[in-house]
Amino acid sequence: MSAKNDSIGKTLGVAVGLCLLCSLIVSGAAVVLKPEQQANKLADVQKSILLASGLVKSGEKVDIAALFAEKVESKLVDLESGEFVSGVDAINFNQRAAAKDPKQNIKIAKDVDLGNIKQRSKLAKVYLIKENQELKSIVLPVHGKGLFSTLYGFIALNADTTTISGLKFYEHGETPGLGGEIENPLWIAKWEGKNALSSDFKPNVSLVKTGAKASNEVDALSGASYTSNGVENLLNYWLGDNGFGPFLAKVRGGQHGV
Amino acid sequence: MAFDKAEAKSVITTPIFDNNPIALQVLGICSALAVTSQMDKALVMSIALTIVTAFSNLLISLLRHHIPSSIRIIVQMTIIASLVIVVDQVLKAYAYEIAKQLSVFVGLIITNCIVMGRAEAYAMKNSPGMSFLDGVGNGLGYSALLMTVAFIRELFGSGSVFGVSILEPISAGGWYQTNGLLVLPPSAFFVIGLLIWALRSWKKNQVEAA
Repeated sequence: MSAKNDSIGKTLGVAVGLCLLCSLIVSGAAVVLKPEQQANKLADVQKSILLASGLVKSGEKVDIAALFAEKVESKLVDLESGEFVSGVDAINFNQRAAAKDPKQNIKIAKDVDLGNIKQRSKLAKVYLIKENQELKSIVLPVHGKGLFSTLYGFIALNADTTTISGLKFYEHGETPGLGGEIENPLWIAKWEGKNALSSDFKPNVSLVKTGAKASNEVDALSGASYTSNGVENLLNYWLGDNGFGPFLAKVRGGQHGV
Repeated sequence: MAFDKAEAKSVITTPIFDNNPIALQVLGICSALAVTSQMDKALVMSIALTIVTAFSNLLISLLRHHIPSSIRIIVQMTIIASLVIVVDQVLKAYAYEIAKQLSVFVGLIITNCIVMGRAEAYAMKNSPGMSFLDGVGNGLGYSALLMTVAFIRELFGSGSVFGVSILEPISAGGWYQTNGLLVLPPSAFFVIGLLIWALRSWKKNQVEAA
C-alpha cells in the first residue's frame, strides 16, 4: 500500500465513494425484490390463517392461495357492535393502516388495554371456515406487545367460540430461541382444545409456569416471561368485550346465520 | 500475478480438510451451532456464506491498492454488510420459508469471523481471481463441516435427511427413539468436537503443540 492512500483526501474519497456505491446496491436490491417479498408476505399470512385453523398441517405442501380462496371467507366486523360491515372490500382492507388512521381507529383506555397497543381499528377482519354450509371455525387476527416487539398472529376458535382449535404467530421480533419459541409447532400444539373463554364467556387464557392443569391453562415459555405474559394479555384483550367479544356473542346467538 | 492452476486448486481444496475454517481455525462456530439442526437450513446457510465470502474477497481484492490502511476494517465491513443484505433480500424474495427460519443468522454472516478473516488475511494481499477462489474454498470448507454436523444431527435427532424420513421415529408410528439432545444447539458442540478429534487423528500435523 502506498503512502498516498493514507492522505486525508483519499481516505475521505474512498469512504464516501464506497458508501454511495454500497447504498445504491442495497437499495437497488430492496426495490427490485419488493414485489416478490410482498407476495411472499401475503402468502405467509394466508398460510398462517390456514395453519391456525388446522386446514393445513405444519410442513405440508399445498397450493395455499387456492385452498384459501376455496375454504376461507373473509369478512369485516365492527368490533363495538359485533355486526358484519358491508360495502368495504374485506379482502383488501388493511387493518394495520386503519389502526393508525384517526378517522378509522379508536383509542383504547389504559385500564383495559391489556395488549398495550394504545389504539385499534374500528373494523377488524375475521375469517370464517365453513364445511357444508356449517361454521367449523372462526379465525381472528390478534396482536399485542411482547418483550421487544408487537406480536402478530391468528387464533382459531371452534364454532362454540370457546374452544381453541389453533394459534399461529406470523410476525414478531422476540429473541430467537427464547421468546421466538412462540413459533415452535410443539408449543403451538399445546393450545389445541384449550378453553379460551370461561363458562360465562369471559376470556381467561392463562400461561402458567408450574405445569398446565386446568383447561384454560397452557405452559408458559421458559426463559420468556414477558413474551408469555404478552401472549396471555393480548389474547384476553382481543377475546374480551373490547375486542371480538361482541362479535363472538352474536356468533353464539346464531345471529350471523352460522 | 500469473494464474497458476496448481495454486488455484490448492487454494480451493486446502480449506476443506487441511485448513478447515471451523475445524482448524475454529471460526464461525456461532452459526454452526445454530443452523445445523436441519440439513436444508444448513445448506442455504452454506450457500449464503460461500457467496458472501467469495464476492467480498473479490471486491476487497479489486480495491486493495486503494483502501487506506487507517479505515480498511471499516471498508471491509461495509462491503461485507452490503453483500449480506443483498443475500438476505434475495432469500426473502425467493426462499421465504427458509429465510424466516434462519432469521437473524443470515444477518449475522456480517460478523462471521471467516468472512472478515479471509478478507484481511488473503484478499488484501492477493489478486482478485485467487481471492475469489480462496473465498469459494473457505466457503466450501465451512459448508463441508456444516453439512456433516447437520447430517448427524438431523439423522439421529429427527430421524430424517433433508426432511425425508429415514429412521421412522416413534412419534410418527415407527421404531426409532429420536435423540432429543441432538435437536438442541448445544449438541453441535459435541458433534463439532468429535469431528475435530477425528480430523486431527487423521491429519496429525493439525494437532497443536501442548
